[in-house]
Amino acid sequence: MDYDTLLQLLGSTLRLGTPLLLACLAGLFSERAGIFDIGLEGKMLMAAMTSAAVAALTGSVWVGLAAGIAGSLLMAAIHGIASITFRGNQLISGVALNFIASGITVLVAQSLFRQGGRTPPLAGDARFSPITLPFAEELQAVPVLGPLYHDVISGHPILVYVALLCVPATWWLLYRTRFGLRLRAVGENPAAVDTAGISVIAMRFAAVAITGVLCGLAGAYMSTALQAGFGREMTAGRGYIALAALIFAKWRPWQALGATMLFGFFQALALRPDVVQGVAGVKVPVSALDALPYILTVLVLAGFVGKAIPPRAGGEPYVKER
Amino acid sequence: MERLPRWADLMLVPLISLALAAIISAIVIVAIGQDPLEALNTMVTGAVGSAYGWGYTLYYTTSFIFTGLAVTVAFHAGLFNIGGEGQAQLGGLGVALVCLSMNWPHWALALPAAAIGAALFGAAWAAIPAYLQAKRGSHIVITTIMFNYIASAFLVYMLVDVLRPAGQMDPATANFPPGTELPTLNHIPGLSLVFTKGVPANVTLFVALAAAVAVWALLWHTRLGYQIRAFGKSEPAARYAGINPFRIIMIAMLISGGLSGLMAINNVMGEAGRLVQNSSEGAGFIGIAVALMGRNHPVGVVLAAVLFGFLYQGGAELGLWTSIPIELRTVVQGLVILFTGALDQMVRMMLTWAFSFRSPSQARGA
Repeated sequence: MDYDTLLQLLGSTLRLGTPLLLACLAGLFSERAGIFDIGLEGKMLMAAMTSAAVAALTGSVWVGLAAGIAGSLLMAAIHGIASITFRGNQLISGVALNFIASGITVLVAQSLFRQGGRTPPLAGDARFSPITLPFAEELQAVPVLGPLYHDVISGHPILVYVALLCVPATWWLLYRTRFGLRLRAVGENPAAVDTAGISVIAMRFAAVAITGVLCGLAGAYMSTALQAGFGREMTAGRGYIALAALIFAKWRPWQALGATMLFGFFQALALRPDVVQGVAGVKVPVSALDALPYILTVLVLAGFVGKAIPPRAGGEPYVKER
Repeated sequence: MERLPRWADLMLVPLISLALAAIISAIVIVAIGQDPLEALNTMVTGAVGSAYGWGYTLYYTTSFIFTGLAVTVAFHAGLFNIGGEGQAQLGGLGVALVCLSMNWPHWALALPAAAIGAALFGAAWAAIPAYLQAKRGSHIVITTIMFNYIASAFLVYMLVDVLRPAGQMDPATANFPPGTELPTLNHIPGLSLVFTKGVPANVTLFVALAAAVAVWALLWHTRLGYQIRAFGKSEPAARYAGINPFRIIMIAMLISGGLSGLMAINNVMGEAGRLVQNSSEGAGFIGIAVALMGRNHPVGVVLAAVLFGFLYQGGAELGLWTSIPIELRTVVQGLVILFTGALDQMVRMMLTWAFSFRSPSQARGA
């Protein structure tokens, strides 16, 4: 494998890792506040459909993005009502929302566009196009680092950089603000937060709403930046891989960046059978490569996580004492 | 909050959940510009309006009984097995290997052998996530989901590169020998008077009903079943009582995976007569809705499986005769899971409120 191929792989790692990163951070907010969220997948799928559909209808990707976030927030609200207000089983609520999203996205796309549950292909302003970072062209001549900057770091849609900025922002919000302290406390010991006179329910709803916004970004990125339009089941388990990455990262933002980029790299490898064959030296069946990200996810969960301790009050509905 | 009468908790909660799911589905149908009454009419006529329709409804029912029981057994052990889909596909592989292994003289010999193959393969696919949960603490929900994706890739590999006969284009195994053909309901003496046309429902239906009885006996009338339920209710208490968590997780998941795998004798052996891609068609996931709707009891599972059989056959008819996409089934499935599994508390609150009007004196007494 030469340097150019490596750069291509790293570039697609960043592109494929971005939705995982956004979804992973989304899950981080929810789970840190004590709400398990298996439904990242469904929220992403819903956002992917609504953003692509609205972008196709209005011709503006920004309106599409707003619609994607709105679609995802709607799902988050249902999850919040089920798991916070009515203290339902959070895992089951998430699974249910995934099925609802899987069906309803196709129903809506089909009734809007009659193209077999797809949205029309997006082009021009209806899609996020790659942006070139400053000096990328000028620095390209610099050996080793120049192509790295030009091919890997520059030249992605803006949501990729938004996702990367979300990492320090999440860190700052969680560890350097009062809101973050309360959010983390609500996931560890909600009774203590309640005693301090802060509403556990409001904190948890706030966390679930942030999850909705981030999943909305992830889904909109899938259909308007990574691909040009929505197709059924286009998220293909990314919500679950993001959850695995979250456990791998032990619910911490910087580690989430590392974990999602690792999983993004696995997905990038799966797209390049020629590279895998060149490195491995044997013919690898295509289906083995398709399964690779999932197998590696299981391996990571099985072996290398070490002791992953989830937020203590995770999955437990909070019942105020009377 | 006063308690609901037991009959209301058992019967009304699922029924009201179902009604809520139906109302929202109707709103969805109206929202996409279709007529919900016409849709319901199409579904009822197509699924239960004739013996022929019942033949399909019961065929789906058979699959859903297996997967519903699979989720039920795991639920009682406190485990959420979302891997039924992958386990069912592996079960299909087991069935195919058994059926293609020799020229079976009679289905009565082939059926038990294929059932064992299906259960073994399904159980094996559940064994790895179970072991990882029991020994390494990997979250079983995520590992079983990953195993669904791995199973489908593995099946593609097996069908494209290994089991596909030379010269055949579509990725599928060869047709099974005639000796493996299971009698469908229209070939069973007595039932053939009702089912006059060829239907896919077959003798596996009776295997499924037997499995429901067996699961009931296991969970409520054996020492192992007691241990499974005790472990599911409270792990520390079960541990204190000397119940080995590793053993219970493994056994419960092996039974669960085996039951999911068993559904393959219905669809792969009983209907298709060969193994194709994505043979289980989402039945593994339906098991979750069936188990929740059936309140994790075999009797409830059988009833809920009939309901989802109706929904599935009716949904297929919708896809055929109306312009409502077949994906409506998935939406209804999700809504049923949401209302029975996550919003059950809301339904219960509504009912408690309604009951407080019926008997004000009792409510005050409690």
